[in-house]
Amino acid sequence: MTINEIQDELISDFELFDEWESKYEYIIDLAKQFPPLEEQYKTEENIIKGCQSRVWLNAYMESDLLKFEADSDAIIVRGLVSMLVKVLSGHTPEEIASADLYFMERIGLHQHLAQTRSNGLAAMLKQMKAYGIAYQAKSVNQ
Amino acid sequence: MSPNSIIWVGYFSKIALMKTSLDIASIRNDFPILNEVINGKQLVYFDNAATTQKPRLVLDALSGYYEHYNANIHRGIHHLAEKATAAFEQTRKRMQSFVNAEFSEEIIFTYGTTDGINLVASTYGRKFLKEGDEVIISTMEHHSNIVPWQMLCEEKGCILKVIPIDDNGDLLMDEYEKLLTERTKFVSVVHVSNSLGTINPIKEIIEKAHAVGAKVLIDGAQASSHFHIDVQDLGCDFYALSLHKIYGPTGLGILYGKKDLLNAMPPYRGGGEMIKEVTFEKTTYNELPYKFEAGTPNIADVVAAKYALDYVDTLGKSNIATYENGLLKYATEAVSEIEGLKIIGKAKNKVSVLSFVIDGIHHQDIGVLLDQQGIAVRTGHHCTQPLMNRFNITGTSRASFAVYNTTEEIDLLIKGLHKVKRMLG
Repeated sequence: MTINEIQDELISDFELFDEWESKYEYIIDLAKQFPPLEEQYKTEENIIKGCQSRVWLNAYMESDLLKFEADSDAIIVRGLVSMLVKVLSGHTPEEIASADLYFMERIGLHQHLAQTRSNGLAAMLKQMKAYGIAYQAKSVNQ
Repeated sequence: MSPNSIIWVGYFSKIALMKTSLDIASIRNDFPILNEVINGKQLVYFDNAATTQKPRLVLDALSGYYEHYNANIHRGIHHLAEKATAAFEQTRKRMQSFVNAEFSEEIIFTYGTTDGINLVASTYGRKFLKEGDEVIISTMEHHSNIVPWQMLCEEKGCILKVIPIDDNGDLLMDEYEKLLTERTKFVSVVHVSNSLGTINPIKEIIEKAHAVGAKVLIDGAQASSHFHIDVQDLGCDFYALSLHKIYGPTGLGILYGKKDLLNAMPPYRGGGEMIKEVTFEKTTYNELPYKFEAGTPNIADVVAAKYALDYVDTLGKSNIATYENGLLKYATEAVSEIEGLKIIGKAKNKVSVLSFVIDGIHHQDIGVLLDQQGIAVRTGHHCTQPLMNRFNITGTSRASFAVYNTTEEIDLLIKGLHKVKRMLG
């Protein structure tokens, strides 16, 4: 699936919920199902510090695809992190670097990306794209 | 929706009817923002320690200034400039009586408490402190009362000492006394902790500091909306506060300083207003308070601030304190029923700040899910990271109450917290 197909699928998943409670319960469920990041990757290098919650992001290449693993100490942020990973992980660096992420806004969760200082989510998204650009440059140089 | 139509949950109705001489329903009508609907619910605003909401008369004063007498102050000879100058200086007089300063020129307008502390550290500190001198702060300081002193100590080679606290969030006064020596040149301590609500025994702190010859600054950001401040009775050398925490406009504070100290201090910022005469060879500086007020000040907010102080004094600070203490007691008892909830900050003397953690739940999740229910609390380290480290936590959820809050709203918070627990359980 392309990045946009995954985004569209998430948007239609969330269309089922018309109440904030069911929407956030779903995010909490996503967080619970999301595999935790192995402790060895919860390093200072991989941490993205928000004012309130911490996010860890690990990136690696696997057969020309850029993959992400991530985690957070707050459960709702963890759920949101799992969605960003679902959308962006496993695509080429080019696709990730040029991706236009619209699903958060369409689902009505854009305020979490706007809270730049508090949850580290916006910084994580920026970092994911930066990995895309970095690995893209690396493959061009090789 | 009128305040009376707030859903009455009534878990704790036995203590719900608090006696107060204040007409809270009428007070709520003075604050237009309380009618806002957030996520489909009427706003419950419990983030008053961060900033208080503004009554209608402050908003009217702001627009009235811009509509009728906006002009740059001092030196102008036209009608608007005279009127604006008079209103500006009237607030200074009002502020003088609000903190009971001896002279109106001891009131310096600043951007806020942080600005006031930086002013003192940068001017008094740089001029009078030298290598090996010691500065004392406390564990419960806001970053605003830590970082300026760290910067000063780094520059001058001074040593920063920290008064420890106990598990309830009270200062260890015996330890404070041990820190005081002839090397102590400055003590800068918070009057009321923003994270814990602790009211510190600052009069005693000031007396003991003066006994070794140290000067004292009090960070009054959290105190000034809750009880009467009398700088002459306290005897402090400096007192900094922010107007936006006293129902006034944002971006405005005052620094009180004893006249002889302010006179002895060099200016903070250079520019217009603060000068007497400028040549390229030498500049002489204006008198107090203008020496410290370079540039066009925040005129509109200064003018409107007077109305906030009038509002507070009309309600009566002791009435406000009594009512807020009732809210704190009610909320403290109510949250104690929630399993796994632990209050951070159990000092004997507290203002209406309730900080807590819940076992196994991240404070940010509490904040996000309460927000969905229209309830505004603050979560995180509250700019007091060393204090959070002292309690071995990364942050708390903090509900802080103002005079327009009600027990019905606290019931909504309790109901909201039960929902948070259910959803995350």
